[in-house]
Amino acid sequence: MNIIVPIKQVPDLVEELELDDSGKALNREWLKYKINEFDDHALEEALQLKDALGGTVTAMALGTDDIDKSLFTCAAKGADKLIKVTGDFDAAVASHVAAKAMANVIQGLEYDLILTGVQAADDRDGQIGVLLAHYLGVPHVSVVTGVNIDAGKALVNKEYSGGLMGEFEVDLPAVFGVQAARETPRYAPVSRVRQAMRNTELEEIAAGDCAVAVGSSVSRMFKPETGAGAEMLSGSGEEVAARIMNIIREKGIKV
Amino acid sequence: MSNDIFVVAEHIKGALEEVTFEMLGKGKDLAGNFDGNLVAVLLGSGARELAGELGAADKVICVEHAEVADFNPETHGQALAEVVKSNSPKVVLVANTSMGMDLAAGVSIEAGLPLVAYVTEMSADNGRLTVTSQLYGGKMNVESQFEGEQCVVSVMTGSFSADAGRAEGTPAIEDVTPSLGDPRVRFKRLIEPEAGDVDITQQEILVSVGRGIQNEDNIPMVQELAEALGGALSSSRPIVDNKWLPKTRQVGKSGVKVKPKLYLMVGISGAPEHIEGMKDAECIIAINTDENAPIFDHAHYGSTADLFDVVPALVEKLKG
Ligand SMILES: Cc1cc2nc3c(=O)[nH]c(=O)nc-3n(C[C@H](O)[C@H](O)[C@H](O)COP(=O)(O)OP(=O)(O)OC[C@H]3O[C@@H](n4cnc5c(N)ncnc54)[C@H](O)[C@@H]3O)c2cc1C
Repeated sequence: MNIIVPIKQVPDLVEELELDDSGKALNREWLKYKINEFDDHALEEALQLKDALGGTVTAMALGTDDIDKSLFTCAAKGADKLIKVTGDFDAAVASHVAAKAMANVIQGLEYDLILTGVQAADDRDGQIGVLLAHYLGVPHVSVVTGVNIDAGKALVNKEYSGGLMGEFEVDLPAVFGVQAARETPRYAPVSRVRQAMRNTELEEIAAGDCAVAVGSSVSRMFKPETGAGAEMLSGSGEEVAARIMNIIREKGIKV
Repeated sequence: MSNDIFVVAEHIKGALEEVTFEMLGKGKDLAGNFDGNLVAVLLGSGARELAGELGAADKVICVEHAEVADFNPETHGQALAEVVKSNSPKVVLVANTSMGMDLAAGVSIEAGLPLVAYVTEMSADNGRLTVTSQLYGGKMNVESQFEGEQCVVSVMTGSFSADAGRAEGTPAIEDVTPSLGDPRVRFKRLIEPEAGDVDITQQEILVSVGRGIQNEDNIPMVQELAEALGGALSSSRPIVDNKWLPKTRQVGKSGVKVKPKLYLMVGISGAPEHIEGMKDAECIIAINTDENAPIFDHAHYGSTADLFDVVPALVEKLKG
């Protein structure tokens, strides 16, 4: 089973996001990035499948600045190969363009399965997995939680709401947008990442022609008015607890 | 090209989803703005029977075919692309749901139309559509404009009024039979959620815990608070993915929708997928150390105090 895991970095959402002077993009100067959490789940599911069935896991990303460390982190967790897709991309690359670039490179590789995160926090023009599948002409299922492989076919669960799931049988190769891996994604200590930086090759492959029409552009970015709705309770933990007790009493909520 | 607004009607187990009416309501406004018709696209076996609830639409396009009997990412995608290509609507509205995610991007590529996702607002001005997406976990709103005449928009559930999209009467029905080859994706069955645990949808008081709780050893602390309040413990998705609580406790898009009298949240950021499941709670109190956490947009009361200070203090007050 040869599995490709396209990953991307997104701004760490615990940090404060600021706009740049144009008011149409993030100020990326001080931005801290992390691997998209759903891509982490996709990688974990791929590594679990490799453990069970053998084969290789290839982690792949567009060569936006600072991506190398995320790719080496994938290697530290167990990915066998790393591919950096090079081209004229910035961190705000559109999903359509990213998917086309990935598809161009993947077309030259041998693979059975592509697992990627179901979505990322900045997929303005759509989720990459489904776009990628359409550029490659292979089937897809998104919002997947369990991938089982049997006799050259995949059996996957797709989550709807309320815990309801659909089960699908899918011919390979296919793309699945992973929502959650069967296990909590593993952690790679810094020492292992450093080791991976020394020992794993980072192959660079040019994206080729990925000038697809995105057909839309950002006209404005703005923060939702945080706190607009909430009355803020200040003070120590003790004081806040006392305020909460009062609110519960005032609202006549029986505890 | 026509000026029509197409709405992909979402349904499961024989019932239309709320988001379908939300899209129809907003779609009706847009159809008025663009001077076009509002058209609902219904795919699935027995889907025709649902047309009677789509009175808000001017027309329903019904796609019935053995291969689209149940939702299937591949065949539904092909059928929808065919309908869109042959009708050339101005706007195609798809829900940004589990099903919709498998459709919107495909239609965008197969029909060559731009797509903007995670949309919570739409407005039409001088024949141009402007849409606002909720991105970065609800921390940033991003307004987009389209270059061409047509587009696909995937809409977040709960963004528009469903009442505006509900109307009696069966609109004119047009039947379409798509040409579908041998599917590479085959629907096998629906898997119902496991029952047996606490039904959090029936609770008047919920304490809901998120990733801010840090590790499994801290779960008993919030469990104790839930019990002291006479309620139950619910959570955000990562807590369930980590197997710290059963799936039945998950609130949100892929969990359940709850509407308790009190929803006390600790260490939950307020991602749109979580908000979807709890925004109608009567009293929402959020404890989160990040003053910019999106949850403070939706909560009635908030505090940036540390949950590890507030929760034990509350337990003490309730027990003391
Ligand atoms: C298709 C799909 C469906 C999804 N369905 C759901 C769903 O049903 N339900 C759901 O919840 N999510 C769902 N998600 C996931 C969702 O996108 C978010 O990832 C998730 O809601 C985040 O959970 P969280 O708020 O617990 O974690 P985080 O976003 O990591 O937030 C943790 C918060 O804790 C705060 N914190 C940290 N330490 C403390 C402290 N000591 N005291 C107080 N606060 C602290 C931090 O400031 C932070 O805001 C879905 C995602 C997808 C793609």
